Amino acid sequence: MAQILIKDLYKSYGETPAVRGINLTIDENEFVVLVGPSGCGKTTTLRMIAGLEHITAGEIYIGERLINDVPPRDRDIAMVFQNYALYPHMTVHENMSFGLRLRKLPKDEIGRRVREAAEILDIGELLDRRPKQLSGGQRQRVAMGRAIVRNPDAFLFDEPLSNLDAKLRVQMRTEIKLIHQRVRTTVVYVTHDQVEAMTLADRIVVMNDGVVEQVAPPQEMYDHPATRFVAGFIGSPAMNFLPCKLTGNGSGLSVILSDGIRLNVPANRESRYRDYADRDLMFGIRPEHLTEQRQHTNAEQQDFTCKVGVLEPMGIDTMVFMNIEGADVCARAAPRSVKGPGEDMMFTIDMQNMHLIDPESDRIL
Amino acid sequence: MADTSAATARARVSASRAGEKSRTSWLTTQLEDERVLGYVLLVPAFLLIIVFIAYPFALGVWMALTDKVVGQPGSFVGLANFAKLLDSDIFRTAAWNTVFFTVVATAIKAALGMWLAVLLNRKFRLSRVTRAAVLLPFIVPTVLSTLVWLWMLDGTFSVFNWILRWLWDLELSVFGLVVKEDFGYIRGPNWLGDPAWAMGSIIMANVWRGLPFFAISFLAALQTVPTELYDAAEIDGASGWRKFWNVTLPMIKPVAIVVVVFSFVVTFADFQLVYVLTRGGPYNSTHLLATLAYQISMHAGNLGEGAATALFMVPLLFVVIVLQLTYLRRIGVD
Ligand SMILES: Nc1ncnc2c1ncn2[C@@H]1O[C@H](COP(=O)(O)OP(=O)(O)OP(=O)(O)O)[C@@H](O)[C@H]1O
Ligand SMILES: [Mg+2]
Repeated sequence: MAQILIKDLYKSYGETPAVRGINLTIDENEFVVLVGPSGCGKTTTLRMIAGLEHITAGEIYIGERLINDVPPRDRDIAMVFQNYALYPHMTVHENMSFGLRLRKLPKDEIGRRVREAAEILDIGELLDRRPKQLSGGQRQRVAMGRAIVRNPDAFLFDEPLSNLDAKLRVQMRTEIKLIHQRVRTTVVYVTHDQVEAMTLADRIVVMNDGVVEQVAPPQEMYDHPATRFVAGFIGSPAMNFLPCKLTGNGSGLSVILSDGIRLNVPANRESRYRDYADRDLMFGIRPEHLTEQRQHTNAEQQDFTCKVGVLEPMGIDTMVFMNIEGADVCARAAPRSVKGPGEDMMFTIDMQNMHLIDPESDRIL
Repeated sequence: MADTSAATARARVSASRAGEKSRTSWLTTQLEDERVLGYVLLVPAFLLIIVFIAYPFALGVWMALTDKVVGQPGSFVGLANFAKLLDSDIFRTAAWNTVFFTVVATAIKAALGMWLAVLLNRKFRLSRVTRAAVLLPFIVPTVLSTLVWLWMLDGTFSVFNWILRWLWDLELSVFGLVVKEDFGYIRGPNWLGDPAWAMGSIIMANVWRGLPFFAISFLAALQTVPTELYDAAEIDGASGWRKFWNVTLPMIKPVAIVVVVFSFVVTFADFQLVYVLTRGGPYNSTHLLATLAYQISMHAGNLGEGAATALFMVPLLFVVIVLQLTYLRRIGVD
């Protein structure tokens, strides 16, 4: 229930930098997900917010308060760890109430809060068990219970679902969302799973190599990635990238992917791209915007032919892999429409959803 | 004709192979049965225990029931040795001394050992070297290191007393005091010669010698505590002291109990150190059951009574060990 403000946050372990200048404002009651590949500094950032890691440079505010030198116990935050970090020698009830007992809350208040949290998490029956006697999913709930009873200013989650099996992970994901709707609090959630990020976040923060690549709500992140990294990271299967040339064609612009594939740039993008004409650029298109040939529903859909390489049926769609000028390209086609490997197939590409990347800056134009 | 004989020969060979195979497979099946294999594997350890523990122990029990003295066969006297011991002042002193010595020394070792382990568990420069150095008192032969203690605690040459004197001098010169009555120099205690100090002195030496075992065992246990638990405790609001009480101690409790009980048993039966330092003196103030048993049997030659003295240690240790095992079984449930 407080805003978190991160200013020029920097962290290095000895010589090696782990976090290199992060700026971020997390609003009250907002659910923010830090996502990025392994080693990009997500955990380090979270632990600095928690106070478990010394801040090399920069400032963190929770509410109005600068908390750089405030020890974790005075920060009023709760954290859920990847391995749950439940105290093995305490029962579930003792685990959940430990923080409250340390803060010397009255007994009946502690009991009331633990019962409430247990009810939210549906673990009322487990209160007398030890962590060893719980399944992974139940431990996960207890770890969240321990955070909820504290009623903190902010919740920090570090990959809380990564130790669960795929099915349970999806279930708990939904549950975390429900709990956040019930217990409205500021949440900072770390994951390396972009689906988790998309489904949970009010806003996603994509990190790479110690810096923030982009901060945006999930749909905006998907529709308008800011950099090539974000474009490739968000969305599954990943966006296709092909080297291309942008040329003028009389009044408009077109993208040349190969001798046979020449695509017209939508008229509404021309002013945006005009300065880059006659340059070597990177063309980006998501598999879902590259389909079997269809009846065009807008003027920007165009057809081209290409030889099918490999097919990967997914049930609802079939992924069609092909090769265009050395680049592997994936299309998402209706299962009954695909041709066999080696055969020519007609595709429809929706240029309304195209992206152009400047290879020098890796930024999306 | 030749053909058939070759065929029979081949048949015979294969038949004998089959027999061999069935014999080895009988052994294999037997050994695959865990009940059988278990006993087979136990045999060597069992033999060792019989030869080196059970037999001497039985011999000791038998001796305690006789009036055997050195050089003569003893005759059965029942519990007379025990009755006599219970009646003797020196035995009661030794029994009390043993309990006092063991409890105090073990408590100090456990407390200091925990403290040392927590310090050594931190990362600092040369921490590996320091950890290794802590083991030193443990690896030097006891008799050797005890001789050094004997020297350090010597009534005249005690290094402690020299330091005391030096500090006293320093104090005089720092504060510019003029002492009217000249004591010459401050005399430290007669560490081993004064009954009031002797027990403290042997406890000190025992603590020095036993501390590494505690420190290293506790350190090993500390390193198994997951660091996330400390992170979690810190976020839950625990101070350093609270983390120790509510996380560290419960987590290493099983190991700590085994270590304490083990050390308790060893300290209870300690002989070398006390024997070298004081031989039980002065005025029996440091006599323990072990040194008393040695004195009775080896000096007085009274083997039966000596064995009875030593046997008195058994019931006490038995109680301690049973308590430990019950406790470990109880916490082993979860
Ligand atoms: N205690 C440490 N000592 C030295 N380097 C560290 C330490 N912790 C992290 N690092 C380094 O800092 C960088 C960021 O680590 P961090 O744990 O924040 O990554 P992450 O984004 O959480 O990755 P993952 O998804 O694998 O958990 C990594 O390069 C890592 O090697
Ligand atoms: Mg991490």
